Amino acid sequence: MSLHWTQHLILVPVILPLLVGAALAPLTQGWHRLKFWLSYASILGLVANALALVHFTDGGAWQDGMGIYLAGNWSAPFGIALLADRLSSIMLLLTALLGLASLHFTKQRWGRIGVHFHTLFQFLLMGINGAFLTHDLFNLFVFFEVMLAASYGLVLHGYNAERIRASMQYIAINLAAALLFLLGLALIYATTGTLNMADVAGRVPLLAGDDLALFKIGATMMALTFLTKSAMWPLGFWLPTTYAAASPPVAAMLVLMTKVGAYVVLRLWLLIFSDDAGAAAGFGQDALLYGGMATIVFGAAGMLSTDTAGRMAGYAAIISSGTLLAVIGYGQPNLVTAGIYYLIGSTLAVAAFLLLIELIDRIRTPRSAMLALTMEAYAVEDAPVEPVGRGVPAVMAFLSLAFAACALMIAGLPPLPGFIAKFGMFHAVLHPQVVATAANGVMTGPTTIPTAGWVLIALIVLSGLIAVISMMRFGVRTFWASGVLVPPKLHRTEVMPIIFLLGLAIGMTIQANALFGYLARASDAIHRPATYIGRVLSEPSLPGPASSPAPTINLTPEAP
Amino acid sequence: MELVLSLAIGIVFASGIWLVLRPRSFQVLCGLMLMSYAVNLFIFAMGRLWIDAPPLTPAGTLPNPAILADPLPQALVLTAIVIGFATTALYLVVMIGSRGLTGTDHVDGQEPDL
Repeated sequence: MSLHWTQHLILVPVILPLLVGAALAPLTQGWHRLKFWLSYASILGLVANALALVHFTDGGAWQDGMGIYLAGNWSAPFGIALLADRLSSIMLLLTALLGLASLHFTKQRWGRIGVHFHTLFQFLLMGINGAFLTHDLFNLFVFFEVMLAASYGLVLHGYNAERIRASMQYIAINLAAALLFLLGLALIYATTGTLNMADVAGRVPLLAGDDLALFKIGATMMALTFLTKSAMWPLGFWLPTTYAAASPPVAAMLVLMTKVGAYVVLRLWLLIFSDDAGAAAGFGQDALLYGGMATIVFGAAGMLSTDTAGRMAGYAAIISSGTLLAVIGYGQPNLVTAGIYYLIGSTLAVAAFLLLIELIDRIRTPRSAMLALTMEAYAVEDAPVEPVGRGVPAVMAFLSLAFAACALMIAGLPPLPGFIAKFGMFHAVLHPQVVATAANGVMTGPTTIPTAGWVLIALIVLSGLIAVISMMRFGVRTFWASGVLVPPKLHRTEVMPIIFLLGLAIGMTIQANALFGYLARASDAIHRPATYIGRVLSEPSLPGPASSPAPTINLTPEAP
Repeated sequence: MELVLSLAIGIVFASGIWLVLRPRSFQVLCGLMLMSYAVNLFIFAMGRLWIDAPPLTPAGTLPNPAILADPLPQALVLTAIVIGFATTALYLVVMIGSRGLTGTDHVDGQEPDL
C-alpha cells in the first residue's frame, strides 16, 4: 500500500512557495526579471494545484470529499494532519488567484523596489495556504506566524514614515495576539491532552467541571486571536491604518488575511462547539453573532466618516468581516453557504478596489512627484522604470468603470456577486432550515425567524446603503468635481489584474448556481464533525520500509 | 510549588501588560518580551509540574508514562521561544527604523502635544 499520488498534492501549496521563496532569497535585484517570473510560475502552479484539489474533493476521488496527508507518516493524533476538503480547496484557489493578480500588479514598479519582495510574497502565500490546510492547532500557530512575519516585511515594503508607523502598531498588536493564541493553546492541551483538531473535537463532549471551564477559557483566548485577525469590533482598530499605509498589492493580500481569521473561526467553532459537543455546544454563539453585528455598525460608521480611499477600503473589509462573523454565529448551514460566497466576492471586490486606488490616485498626483517620494524614502537602489509606451487607451473610462464595478460589488447591488451573496443570505435567514435534526428523523415544522435575523438583515441592508453613499461621494469628487483632469499613464500590467479580478467576480455571477452548489456541499461537510473526526483519526499511516515491527507503545493519554 | 510558579507567571505577565501600555516603543518591546516569557512558563506548566521525571526514555526500554514528564509542552515551548525571539527582533528593527525616520521613540511617531 502506498500513498496515492493525488494525496501529495495536498502538500504542494505549502512546499512550492517555500522552495521558490527560499530559492529567490539569494538572488540580487539585478535578476529582478528572473525573480518575477519564478515567483509568477510558482503562483501559476498554485492555481493549477488548487484547481486539482477542487476537482478531487468535489469529484468523488476522495471519500467524503476529504484528502488527508499525514506529515512524516505519523498517524493522527500524534502527527500533523493536513487535510484538503471542499472549503479549504476553494480558499486555496481564492488565495492563488488573488496572489496572481497582486503579483502581476507588482511587475511594473512595486516588485523592483526593495530586495526581498518576492521571497516575502511567497512566504506569505505559504503561511496562508498552510493555515487553510493544517488540522493541528500548534501547526496552525506556526503557519499564522509564518504568514504574519512575511506580512510584517511586506507592510514595510516601500519603507516610508507612514508605513513604519502603521507597522509598529500592526506588529505590536499581532505579537500580543500571538501570545493569547499560545495561552489558549496551552489551556486546550492541558484539558484535552491533544492538539489535533479532530481529537480535540472528539474529547470536548467528555469534559466536565473545572476542565470544561478551563477549556472554554482557552478556546476564548484563541478566538480572540482569530477575531483580532478578522478585525471584529473592538479588536479591529489596527486595520484601516494598516491597509491605507501598505502598498496596494500588499494591501490586496492583507484583505485575504482577515479572511483567514474568519475561516479559522468558521472551521474551528463549527467543529469544537458543534451540536455534538455536549455541555460545550454552541459556546460563544451570541458573542460571534452580536460581535459581528457590532463590527458591521463600526465598519459602516467608519466608512461614512472617512474620505481617504485606502481607509474606505479598510472599513469595507471590516464590514465584510463583520457580516461573515455574524453569519457564522447565526448558526444555520445554508446561511453559511451564502456567507462563504459573500466572503469570496467581497475579497475580490475589496482587493480590486485597493489596487485601483493607486491608479486613481495618479489622476491627482503627478507621477513624477510620486516617484520622487518613493525614491526619497530610502532603500531604493534601482530606480523604478517609468512606464514607457504601451499605455492603455481610454484611461479615464477604464478607471471610472472599474471604480463603479467595485462600488457595486462592495455595496451589494445587482448584477455583481455582492448582490447575489446578500440575496442568498436574506433568503437563508427568511427560510430557517431544519438543522441536523432532519437527519435523525426528527422533523420540526418551519420555525419563526428570531429578532436577531431581522436585525442582521437590517444591518446588512444599511451597511450596503452606507457603502453606496460613501463610494458615490468619493467617485463624484474624483471623477466629476476635480476640475481639469489629466488622464494618467497606466501600464498594461497594472490594468490587467483589476480586469482579471473583476472578471472573476462576473464569472461568479454567471456560474452562481454551480458555485452555490459546491459551497452548499462544503458547508454541509463542515457541519458534520463526526464524519470528519472519524476520517482524520482513522487515516492509516504507511508501513515503514523496515520489516521489524515497532515496539507496541501504549500512548493512551492519562486522564487530565 | 504550584502557588509560587503561578504567582511568578502572574507578576511577570502583569508587568508586561503595564509596560505594553506605556508610550515609548522600547517599553512596549520590553513589555512584549516579559509577556512572552510568562506565556512560555505558562505553556511549560500546562504539562503539569514534575520533579525528578525525565521527558525522555533511555534507549531500548519500553516507556512508562507514569514516571515520565510530558515532553510535548517542552517541545512547544521551544518552538514558541524561537518564534517569539524572531518576531521580537523584527520589532526591534522596525522600532529603530521608526526612531530614525520620525526622530522620536513615541509609539505614535510624534510627541504628544502637551
